[in-house]
Amino acid sequence: MKAFSLIVARDLRLAFRRWSALATPLIFFVIVASLFPLALSPDSSQLRDAGTGVLWVSALLSSLLALDGLFRADTEDGSMEQLVLSPVPLGVIVLAKILAHWIVSGAPLIVLAPLLALSFYLPTEALPTLIIALSLATPTLSVLAAIGASLTVSLRGGGAIIGLLVLPLTSPLLIFGTRATDLAVHGEATAGPLYLLAALAVMAVSLGPLATAAALKVGLE
Amino acid sequence: MSAPFAVGTGFLLSADSAICLTAASLDIWRGERCLFTGLSFELGPGQVAIVTGPNGTGKTTLLRVLAGLAMPTSGTAMWRGTPIHRLPPERRTSVAYQGHMDGLKKELTVLENLTFYRALWAGKEEIAPLMAELGLSGLEQRQVRHLSAGQRRRVALGCMRLRPATLWILDEPLTNLDTGGAELVSQWLETHTTAGGMAVVATHQPERLTRRVSLEIEL
Repeated sequence: MKAFSLIVARDLRLAFRRWSALATPLIFFVIVASLFPLALSPDSSQLRDAGTGVLWVSALLSSLLALDGLFRADTEDGSMEQLVLSPVPLGVIVLAKILAHWIVSGAPLIVLAPLLALSFYLPTEALPTLIIALSLATPTLSVLAAIGASLTVSLRGGGAIIGLLVLPLTSPLLIFGTRATDLAVHGEATAGPLYLLAALAVMAVSLGPLATAAALKVGLE
Repeated sequence: MSAPFAVGTGFLLSADSAICLTAASLDIWRGERCLFTGLSFELGPGQVAIVTGPNGTGKTTLLRVLAGLAMPTSGTAMWRGTPIHRLPPERRTSVAYQGHMDGLKKELTVLENLTFYRALWAGKEEIAPLMAELGLSGLEQRQVRHLSAGQRRRVALGCMRLRPATLWILDEPLTNLDTGGAELVSQWLETHTTAGGMAVVATHQPERLTRRVSLEIEL
């Protein structure tokens, strides 16, 4: 547990020292989501219809930008070798790194998305559902990012390939996330898709680190 | 490819229980290319094995196998009776590996890097005297990216020292080091082996490193 918080603290400190890398995906998210109202008509009903989809797709795309750095920096400077050889199980290390990645790339999306939702005329009653759905979907997204990053860590310039690997896997998140938000926009019960998002999150967080650890070990050889 | 050649003072290892590191008929292939076959050796407390050989003969690969980072194609490398790549996490502290790459975070300060590794390995050694020994006093708050290559190597070796390890696996530890740095590493090896520690070192300059070579592995 001590080692877990140690690694989370180290990764967060590193992320804030490289704050430009931290800010890029978030600014990308804001820009993409704000381009759509310009491209579509400013008609409020049309924007409201497109809004949920646009928000979710741009959130997924922006999280792709933060993917590659998850293990690559550590592998290139040799820290990963030292982490693998440390007396801490690799799964715990991976989980700590995923948590740190989520804090800097997933959590800000949860804060930003409701603000952007207002520019799409989403009713304020739908915002709590949007926040809950994103809180459930972003951890899964971070785990998927970790799996993709660990598989491509030994490839040079694997950044683009990760996108191809991870984006199709995010489709369940997109489907249930937009569904929950849509239902909330129309004032209907949202429990169903939210439960499914929660189930995906539990599965990803419990099994993902093990898969990632195995892939990292192979990548180091 | 030539057969590897190990010259050792095997008679020192009369008591079998004293042997800690065992390599038994290691074969290592890198892709389609065979680096070496049938390498066997044993290492006991207080002994240093030097790995020499021209570039590209598999020194680094051998050390990575001994550290448990890679698997040999066949054969086994054992640390106190357990295959090294299957050492349980809590026993990994007894093996320290320092490769080509420093393992330092460039955006963190020297002190932050050292503190992190000390905490990760639950090391007992104090950092301040180590910094002085490394000639890095006054650079504690400097970010590693602002250091010279030699200074980085000193910090990396400092990180390795903070591990409570019995077996040191060092890959070209003298790279980028000045004469003082090389003397320091040699002195560390001396105290480490006197205290019953072991080391496997790949180097092109064995004479600068230690006079206590018990085993020479020529690839």
